[in-house]
Amino acid sequence: MIELRTPFGEDAVRKLKLGDTVYLTGDIITGRDGMHERAIENVRQNRPVPEGIEESVLYHCGPIVARDGNGWRVVAAGPTTSARMNSSEPEMIRKFRIRAIIGKGGMSAEVGEAMSETGCVYLAAVGGAAVSLAESIIGVRGPEWSDLGMAEAMWRFEVEAMGPLIVAMDSEGNSLYENVMSGLIRDI
Amino acid sequence: MIKLPEPVDQIVVNLLKAANTKLPQDVGWALEAAAGWENDPMARTQLGAIMDNVKKAESLGRPMCQDTGIPIFYVKGRFDSSIGAEIRKGLKKATEIIPLRPNTVDPLTRRNPGDNLGKGMPVIHYIPTDDVFTEISVLVKGAGSENMTRLAMLNPSDGIEGVKRFVADSVLDAGGRPCPPGIVGVGIGGTADECVSMAKEALMSPLDSDNGDPVLKELEEDLFVRLNSSGLGPMGLGGSTTVLGVKIRSAYCHTASLPVAVNIGCWATRRAVARITDNNVEYGQGAEL
Ligand code: SF4
Repeated sequence: MIELRTPFGEDAVRKLKLGDTVYLTGDIITGRDGMHERAIENVRQNRPVPEGIEESVLYHCGPIVARDGNGWRVVAAGPTTSARMNSSEPEMIRKFRIRAIIGKGGMSAEVGEAMSETGCVYLAAVGGAAVSLAESIIGVRGPEWSDLGMAEAMWRFEVEAMGPLIVAMDSEGNSLYENVMSGLIRDI
Repeated sequence: MIKLPEPVDQIVVNLLKAANTKLPQDVGWALEAAAGWENDPMARTQLGAIMDNVKKAESLGRPMCQDTGIPIFYVKGRFDSSIGAEIRKGLKKATEIIPLRPNTVDPLTRRNPGDNLGKGMPVIHYIPTDDVFTEISVLVKGAGSENMTRLAMLNPSDGIEGVKRFVADSVLDAGGRPCPPGIVGVGIGGTADECVSMAKEALMSPLDSDNGDPVLKELEEDLFVRLNSSGLGPMGLGGSTTVLGVKIRSAYCHTASLPVAVNIGCWATRRAVARITDNNVEYGQGAEL
């Protein structure tokens, strides 16, 4: 088991190996399809983007968030299917030097290439474990780009011992998903 | 109109609350059993995390997964035509107060009415019988698993081997997307539409129920063992826990057809049942349709 604290740079990322179990503490941001498109479009048009995307940990998650006094409370925050972001993620990783992506189901080989180029890992969260993951969120700020809606907006979470997260794609282009799929025993 | 001890819309709220916050006992036991025999440390970690999440959801009264899915209702026994409107009313209420994520949209414009209703929603199946009760069952189905549904119109000569091949490939090609380990619902025979319905209905019955047909039972056991030897594992990351169970329903079909359907339920296979008599409502989490 590895305890990882944000912020961390390329060196820390390159040390993580396929199959390592990680518990994460620190600051992360959320992003789904809408957030990815908006961030990339703004960079292309030389428009500013919110602080905190650069070298961040990006969580593929559309949380259920409720008002709590002046702030927010996260009710459920499980990972969403990462493959939906396959087409925009390589550019995100290269432009913003994203250091880790948290999601479910893994991502394409093109994403893996961008990850190994810049130094980024893919951390698999347990699909559906929405309550446990929400409980590890101890602070909520945001949202940025709230016009995208609660699920698609960019939230900033402070997490404590978020996990278990499994290193399912490392920074050398290896993918646990690919290894498992190619080794499946399909005998009938 | 039958006089009920509790209004139907309230019963529907209770059903959705129970289904979303409390994993059926048989599924919980299957997860525990799997954690006991699983050797892969990574798979064990994930099974532990799932069980931990289930416990927290139940004690906090929160939905166990953020995808509170689309509910499919089955109404069995005696009832009249007003029950559909009552179920819709209950679903709308439940969406506000549990709360459930508003998931239903127009298929093309993607407009979301925000109340989990809309044309054709929710799906309600009616099974009239001569029983003295009304039984309302609900199966909560998330998109991750529902999107992996498959139907094949096999050749009769493909036989039982063809059926096995198709079921195994459907589950393994889905990989980690339907959040394994879950339950594999299988329909064999019928017409194309009936076959898919049977695959889904199979998910309503408890894992330890017996469908009474020795051939189907053997097929269920055989597929269970083979799928768990495939190496796919929890979340598709490897291990010996790929499915918690295989449930099959069958019907006679045309002599020139062999329809097979697969409808996967994720680890969060959420179901609840209310059996309503004149003076009582009994709640459970599985039903034989
Ligand atoms: S497949 Fe099931 S457990 Fe996974 S996210 Fe969807 S509803 Fe939740």
